[in-house]
Amino acid sequence: MQTNLKVKRQDPEANGSQPHFQEYSIDIHPDSTILDALIYVREEVDGTLALRCSCRASICGSCGMKVNGRARLVCKTRVADLAPEGEQLTVEPMGNQRVIKDLVVTLDTFFDQIKRVEPYMKPDKEPESGEFIASNESMTNLLTAMNCIMCGCCVSDCTVLEVDDNFIGPAALAKAWRFTEDPRDDQRDQRLKTLNDEDGGIWDCTRCMQCVEVCPKDVAPMDRIMELRDAAIEAGNRDTHGYHHTESFYNSVKKNGRLDESRLALDSAGWTSIPRLLDLVPVGLKAMMKGKLPPLFPHKAEDKQKIRDVYEKVEGERE
Amino acid sequence: MKYAFYPGCVARGGAPELFTSAVAVMERLGIEWEELTKAACTGAGVLQEKNRKMGDVLNIRTLAMAEEKGLNVLVICSTCQGVMSQANHRVQRNPEYLAEINAVLADEGLEYKGTTEVKHLLWVAIEDIGVEALKNTFQKQLDGVKLAPFYGCYMVRPSEALGFKENPGRDTSLETVIEAVGGEVFDFPGKTACCGFPILFINQANSLRMVSNHTGAAKDGGADAMVTPCPLCHLNLDGYQPKARRKNRGDKADMPIIHLPQLLGLAMGMSEKQLGLQRHIVSTKDIVRKVELIPAK
Repeated sequence: MQTNLKVKRQDPEANGSQPHFQEYSIDIHPDSTILDALIYVREEVDGTLALRCSCRASICGSCGMKVNGRARLVCKTRVADLAPEGEQLTVEPMGNQRVIKDLVVTLDTFFDQIKRVEPYMKPDKEPESGEFIASNESMTNLLTAMNCIMCGCCVSDCTVLEVDDNFIGPAALAKAWRFTEDPRDDQRDQRLKTLNDEDGGIWDCTRCMQCVEVCPKDVAPMDRIMELRDAAIEAGNRDTHGYHHTESFYNSVKKNGRLDESRLALDSAGWTSIPRLLDLVPVGLKAMMKGKLPPLFPHKAEDKQKIRDVYEKVEGERE
Repeated sequence: MKYAFYPGCVARGGAPELFTSAVAVMERLGIEWEELTKAACTGAGVLQEKNRKMGDVLNIRTLAMAEEKGLNVLVICSTCQGVMSQANHRVQRNPEYLAEINAVLADEGLEYKGTTEVKHLLWVAIEDIGVEALKNTFQKQLDGVKLAPFYGCYMVRPSEALGFKENPGRDTSLETVIEAVGGEVFDFPGKTACCGFPILFINQANSLRMVSNHTGAAKDGGADAMVTPCPLCHLNLDGYQPKARRKNRGDKADMPIIHLPQLLGLAMGMSEKQLGLQRHIVSTKDIVRKVELIPAK
């Protein structure tokens, strides 16, 4: 089948080289992956094209790239699935990472983030005899995060990293979760406290789900971050704006069945944080003048006692 | 065509113009509805950070109420759509979990069988009404109006829970509507990104950078306005645009953030007041005037 590739080319180390797109029209087997197509280009059409790959079977995690604006393992993506009629495919290097050449990025950023969460077991003492034994159940629980092949797709498309390179990032946070949940590790509380307190920690995720969508291994990093938030709260970390935000939301629905937006803003700022409370004033005034300030007495669900009953029942299950 | 209507907290709170414009548009489209007044908030993914099951129980309760009436749920908020779809997806794949949730709902005499569909007005317009029938309700062709789509995360991800595979076209639904009203689409990568609202009160600097990047990209691309099916995106991109643009780009807030029903209403020939366009923080005057000057078909 005929395939049209539009590939982003760049060589930052070469003087005067500007990023630009180059188009290739090639004839490939209908079962080809995008990686097959790119290798064909490199071998048969243009030997200067730089790309990285190894296993070609979505195990090694080397060939993460953006295709049509979304990070993917190109060895796992068939051309015909994205461009059945020979539509043009735009291939770019992954985002939020430095480009070495063409489609190859350095993984320095990625591994710096991973190192921040101390991704190794930290037991307090030696095993009594032989090795540490963990139950099958506890290991099955970790499978989601352990499936990570460190390809960097989630980091590439993370919307927070786009505006803040200090964020620990989805891959590293999923890795951190893996250690907080491992029964052989004895630093759970300390890990949760660090992830909770640190700038760029668990509360900076926007819950946009890009990482969940692009992960080729169903690690669902954002779900792991949400579990970290839950665990951090349970472990007594209750002094962040993120905690107050979640708590206020949870209690507002419990009380009224609905969200009390004004209360949420005030609770999240923190009732004792004068600068943050003052910061709400200009926006609040503008909204009031336009008749769109959230009602001070919030809209309530009818028969809200029923919702409180649900809360009591589900909370009771947890205890 | 009748739906169980779930307007969501923001349409009933900080963005009342969304509720009134949606209702006006739904009437023109011949949509009948019954509001689910006893339903709880979806939790917006925030409540779920503390207790995911609580969120699922509350949402399945809402879906059970609609199921009892034999109706699908109509929403006008990307976040409501996503959070309810995710809960629905979880129980539909896991009968044991559904039984657990039904055990909680039994006290109220509710039981969810798993048959309710949740549909945003955006999908209803395209899939249930159809593009041609939709076009027949328009009095104006918005020639020369350039619009930037902005979906809201929960309207596009996770695509599996949102039924993108079974319903092709959902990933470009907003562009389809913009083209249907006769507008020109300004396509940009930010259209499916995060607006920053969820971290507005947690990391405002990052949130404002997102607002500035997206509204700035639309401005640089020559868009007359951004259109969004998500009132949370609206609140952040509209309400915080002045501060975000001043801080990050050193320019003025000049990108109107139009709710989806307001765009449909403008094409239907409704007035600025009827659609609540005068209530936005970023002035909508220029685009309103531009549309007013277009003669009716």
